[in-house]
Amino acid sequence: MAECHPVGFQWVMEAKARGAKVIHIDPRFTRTSAVSDVHVPIRVGTDIAFLGGIINHVLSNDLDFREYVVAYTNAAAIVGEDFVDTEDLDGLFSGFDPETGHYDEASWQFESQVGSGETGHTDRPGDGVDQDDPAGAQEQERLAQDESVKEADPHQAFGSGGPPLHAKPLRDETLQHPRCVFQVLKRHFARYTPEIVADICGVEPEVFLEVATAVTENSGRERTTAWVYSVGWTHHTVGAQYIRTAAILQSLLGNMGRPGGGILALRGHASIQGSTDVPTLFNLLPGYLPMPHALQHQSLDDYCAENSGAIGFWGNMRAYTVSLLKSWWGDAATAENDYCFGYIPKITGDHSSYRTIADMVAGKVPGYFLVGENPAVGHANGRMQRFGLANLDWLVVRDLQMIESASFWKTAPEIETGELVTEEIGTEVFYMPAATHAEKEGTFTNTQRLLQWRHQAVQPPGDCRSDLWFYFHLGRILREKLAGSTDPRDRPLLDLTWDYPTHGEQVEPSAEAVLREINGVGPDGRALSGYMDMKDDGSTTGGCWIYSGVYADEVNQADRRRPGREQDYVAAEWGWAWPYNRRTLYNRASADPAGKPWSERKKYVWWDEAAGRWTGDDVPDFEATKRPDHVPPPGAKAQAGIGGADPFIMQGDGKAWLFAPKGLADGPMPTHYEPAESPVENALYGVQANPGIEEIQAPYNRGNPPTSDVYPYVFTTYRLTEHHTAGAMSRTLPYLSELQPEFFVEVSPALATERGLDNGGWATLISARSAIEARVLVTERMRPLRLKGGRVVHQIGIPYHWGAEGLSTGDSANDLMGVVMDPNVHIQEFKVATCDIRPGRRPRGAALPEYVEGFRRRAGVRSGTMPIGGRVAVEETP
Amino acid sequence: MSHGSGSIGRVKTWLDSWPVFRQLTGPDPLGRGAAARSKATEQVVSRTATADRVVQSVCPYCAVGCGQRIFVKDEQIVQIEGDPDSPISRGRLCPKGSASKSLVTSPSRVTTVRYRAPHATEWTDLDLDVAMDMIADRVLDARRKGWQDTDGGHPVNRTMGVASLGGATLDNEENYLMKKLYSAMGAIQIENQARI
Amino acid sequence: MTTVSSASPGLPGTGRPDGNRLFGPLPDVSGDAGYEPDHPARVGFFTDTSVCIGCKACEVACKEWNTLPMDDANGTRDQMALSGMSYDNTGMLGANSWRHVAFVEQVRTVDLPMPAVGLPGRSPGTGDVHAHDRVMADDAPRAAQTSVLNAQSLSEFDPQTGQSGDREIRWLMSSDVCKHCTHAACLDVCPTGALFRTEFGTVVVQGDICNGCGYCVPACPYGVIDQRKDDGRVFKCTMCYDRLTDGLQPACATACPTQSIQFGDLDELHARADARLATLQGQGVQTARLYGRDENDGVGGDGAFFLLLDEPEVYGLPPDPVVTTRDLPSMWKHAAAGAAMVVGVVLTAFVGRRP
Repeated sequence: MAECHPVGFQWVMEAKARGAKVIHIDPRFTRTSAVSDVHVPIRVGTDIAFLGGIINHVLSNDLDFREYVVAYTNAAAIVGEDFVDTEDLDGLFSGFDPETGHYDEASWQFESQVGSGETGHTDRPGDGVDQDDPAGAQEQERLAQDESVKEADPHQAFGSGGPPLHAKPLRDETLQHPRCVFQVLKRHFARYTPEIVADICGVEPEVFLEVATAVTENSGRERTTAWVYSVGWTHHTVGAQYIRTAAILQSLLGNMGRPGGGILALRGHASIQGSTDVPTLFNLLPGYLPMPHALQHQSLDDYCAENSGAIGFWGNMRAYTVSLLKSWWGDAATAENDYCFGYIPKITGDHSSYRTIADMVAGKVPGYFLVGENPAVGHANGRMQRFGLANLDWLVVRDLQMIESASFWKTAPEIETGELVTEEIGTEVFYMPAATHAEKEGTFTNTQRLLQWRHQAVQPPGDCRSDLWFYFHLGRILREKLAGSTDPRDRPLLDLTWDYPTHGEQVEPSAEAVLREINGVGPDGRALSGYMDMKDDGSTTGGCWIYSGVYADEVNQADRRRPGREQDYVAAEWGWAWPYNRRTLYNRASADPAGKPWSERKKYVWWDEAAGRWTGDDVPDFEATKRPDHVPPPGAKAQAGIGGADPFIMQGDGKAWLFAPKGLADGPMPTHYEPAESPVENALYGVQANPGIEEIQAPYNRGNPPTSDVYPYVFTTYRLTEHHTAGAMSRTLPYLSELQPEFFVEVSPALATERGLDNGGWATLISARSAIEARVLVTERMRPLRLKGGRVVHQIGIPYHWGAEGLSTGDSANDLMGVVMDPNVHIQEFKVATCDIRPGRRPRGAALPEYVEGFRRRAGVRSGTMPIGGRVAVEETP
Repeated sequence: MSHGSGSIGRVKTWLDSWPVFRQLTGPDPLGRGAAARSKATEQVVSRTATADRVVQSVCPYCAVGCGQRIFVKDEQIVQIEGDPDSPISRGRLCPKGSASKSLVTSPSRVTTVRYRAPHATEWTDLDLDVAMDMIADRVLDARRKGWQDTDGGHPVNRTMGVASLGGATLDNEENYLMKKLYSAMGAIQIENQARI
Repeated sequence: MTTVSSASPGLPGTGRPDGNRLFGPLPDVSGDAGYEPDHPARVGFFTDTSVCIGCKACEVACKEWNTLPMDDANGTRDQMALSGMSYDNTGMLGANSWRHVAFVEQVRTVDLPMPAVGLPGRSPGTGDVHAHDRVMADDAPRAAQTSVLNAQSLSEFDPQTGQSGDREIRWLMSSDVCKHCTHAACLDVCPTGALFRTEFGTVVVQGDICNGCGYCVPACPYGVIDQRKDDGRVFKCTMCYDRLTDGLQPACATACPTQSIQFGDLDELHARADARLATLQGQGVQTARLYGRDENDGVGGDGAFFLLLDEPEVYGLPPDPVVTTRDLPSMWKHAAAGAAMVVGVVLTAFVGRRP
């Protein structure tokens, strides 16, 4: 955190000064470790084992916050008899289909209360559905088992909540039933002992227990513990399950929805949270509404069926969707034409970035826009990225500086190796210079969901323009060119609401007008005060329901700037957080079931009996006047179905899910798998890596075999404080370049001795993808770890910022990386892979691919040789 | 040429501005302080004081969202520093945030459209309006090439001809227009750094 | 004019013994430099290295504000290259680097049981750490020290040495800067008056006066002040003199994310530093010490002083800096005579031009 979010880290330092204990778990000893109370070096890729060990510590020693767990989690729910755990299937849960690599969730379901008095009734898909359109929902659930739907990443659409549950599960409030979640969880994690943690993670039992003790002693009524993570937890083939493990632990300890608690994602770009909320993502529409799938969602009714009868705020999905459609297609969207729902293109599977790049390499994608992103350096497998770029018809790059992804046709390493030839690359490239943050106005959404408005300081120079300008005018020109078209496929463009006011010589569209459209407008023509005002009858608009309220009262709430020193610590009058300016999500959990603060010390939001409403330091993340003892009437839908003591209002049952009966592609509970590339065997199961792992089989994306002697070392990639991501915003600047002027790798003295590496000298690193060279920093901060049976594992640290452009240049770490992905979210595992390291510089020219091929041959890996021009199809079979 | 009192006055002024003179006549006989002040020192003024306006902004690097104050003089940015009003950052910035002025005023910034024709070995210039028109033509062409009415018998109404990557460094309003426009043209392979 | 030409720039009439101006405590540096009694309080930097995270925001903020040239540093100053010295690629303070963050990596073995975490002094039994001071990184003797401020890397074996026993890593970071000495040798030796004491008590080079003679460079006991190669003149930290005139803090202190660099009235900073030192020592950090805080040291105390966690040499700081102009009074007479001669010559030239 000190490395990549130094200014945010001031609060950690302040907490530390006030007595907080700071524990840093990281493969490397970083600038964060330097000021922490404890640094725990861990083998990269083993965090589920570590966190699972703490969960086991909690459950084995009755250290959970029992009252919180019983009331606010699904610990009491009874899992169906058909469920079989990884402990009994050597690393697989029940329902796995080895042919497809996908799970059938049927056996993960709870026994439901439907038909009260009955027992043993499992909520299988379609069973016990009690809602407005039971047949529709049943059909949706059946279709959801289709491979193309599973590949389309439907679960990410639950990013602001959980998937719908259609029946209340049976519960055992004593948590004694052998199949209740609490007991299932306890058995599942029983083998995650301190000794196993030591075997897998390389963390000594004493150190592990020190952490486990610190965390548990600092949780409960009077105290809370926070976990902070970044892409070190997400860049894995089990990334989603990393977060799940932390969520289970924090729920058991009562650390969710409370001040000083939570699981805090530190995101790495100014508005990466915003670009997820208002998604430039293939599988999402604004506000985590799913992109409609061709198989499931041919009508608005189909689209909303699964949620239309659900409990929780997803039950209003139709109102959010219709408001979005009205924002986009205005008067053209009517009840009669399904509010133009059919205008939205349909997805049919995985259309995520890496899959699309593979299609580019195969010559299937003519046009590509790169907008402030530099995949030739910043994405896994840079060589694959560049082969993709070289096989486009045209490429539009919008950036501030010349980047490797724009100049690849002359700066790509593959030009030197002869795999690409400039004159033979047919890609037409338009470099369209962009405006900086100071040259345009608009909102960023920061890592805590806070929208902050930026004012424009100066005009952008020359041809530089905002992306708002670019897309507005591109849309305008497209619509002008299509004017008069009778082709039905052009109607979505021609009917689009695209009449934003503009200003100035550069004819800049009004960002504030766009923000107001995102907020939504009611039948009275006034900005909505929030999504609770949205209707499904076409009378309201709203481009992103969770952002509704950012323009409440016709005021740009994101531009509120009451100085922090004039506010309390919540600082609610600075910017605006979604939803409804709530700063801590699920904060009703900061009070006990009766609505009283768990402790005076940790009071945050509570029920004010006299006033008949929730109150506190924050905006309550709960219906303001719903009493804590409220019991929803039978059949109540949406938020009306949430009880007064159910804080997790986006979930179908209002509970935190220790066990996830649906929503995850790789199991209802997290379990330790080795990374795709690992030097050791899985110490827990016969199943080595995530069985649902996603791969792209092609010569440019060969994998290092597990436990291979040819690629014996583990490496991890990361950022340095002095640089930013793929480098365009830092390697181009003198003052930052000089602070970290060269690409380097960090190795321990032991590894340096083993491989003959000199501090300050050159080293070549080799994987099945490529070989790169870097300067060497020999440092005790990199430590070998001892695992099961005394096996010593060396880890290499590689900052990934470098490329061919800019003031500070060097090889790209990501050229070493292959593409293997988490099945839930299609995120690549580039926090861990294996390699070899040798002293000296890498071969040049054509000798480089030959050198890499030699390693592949020795490791028994298929050839990775690419034809000149780099156009190949993805292989159908491994 | 006459040398009246004006000329003598100038001499006096000149002498007063001369450190050694002040040193020997003032309370700073060692010439280490008040007497040593040069003309430039006497005229020193902070760029923050002479700015025409100060604009409140947000740092463009990571997602902490530190407040920035941008000082503008003659329509040029003369300083960017932390905004002490921000309850997030309390006026502080990291090295990258502190380099924001360099980012905006960088001499290596590309400020004109650059065009690389197919198979070309160098960049060439292109007028912005022409480039926009050419891009629009290519979008329509690629959209047509990649168009699919159905996939596996199911209506999809989409194009597989246009892909896009980026958004995490952009404004919400920009992401919104991108998703809206791409969806209307039928493009679905829309991704950004959040996936990466 | 004869007054000018004949006056000794000497010291009689100031009402103070000469020596007090050149070493030892000096309660009012600005007043001593001729500023009116209502001059601002002396300001300074207190750099608390125990909370430094080595982010180098100070280096960048300084360069942005002062529009310094890109440095090539690394000690060689002729190319931008990795230094190989931990994360320090600036190398040293110089004409183009007025802040420099030092990175010191230390490793040593420690006794079992493991060093405690938490706040030593508050949890007896675990807070008191028994640490061997067996320094493995270098041979400099080092006092035993607890690890309260520092992360611990715990491992029972060392594949490199085959040793068993836990090892502790410490990564010290410290942002160095011009010390703005109470007795500033650079200022004292400057023959042109380019270096001067500001009303804030800081020491600043006046670029419009400096002629690049370079006398100040060897005079500085800390090796701070430096000539710019292509320019010849000397440059160093001004404590953002221009910003001070606008009521702002220096750029580095403004940016510093963890308040490792604190700016303020020197008296107040002294009190703050004393309190911080007491806190740390109360927590068992026996090696914590203040550097440049003592007005009885060889430079009369520093305007920029530090809280260190180890010996000054570890951070590249001289252990006992002494103002190089202790013996200046005798030297000064010669310099003054020279200066008077220059004055005379210039005036003559001026007069000579009269028609």
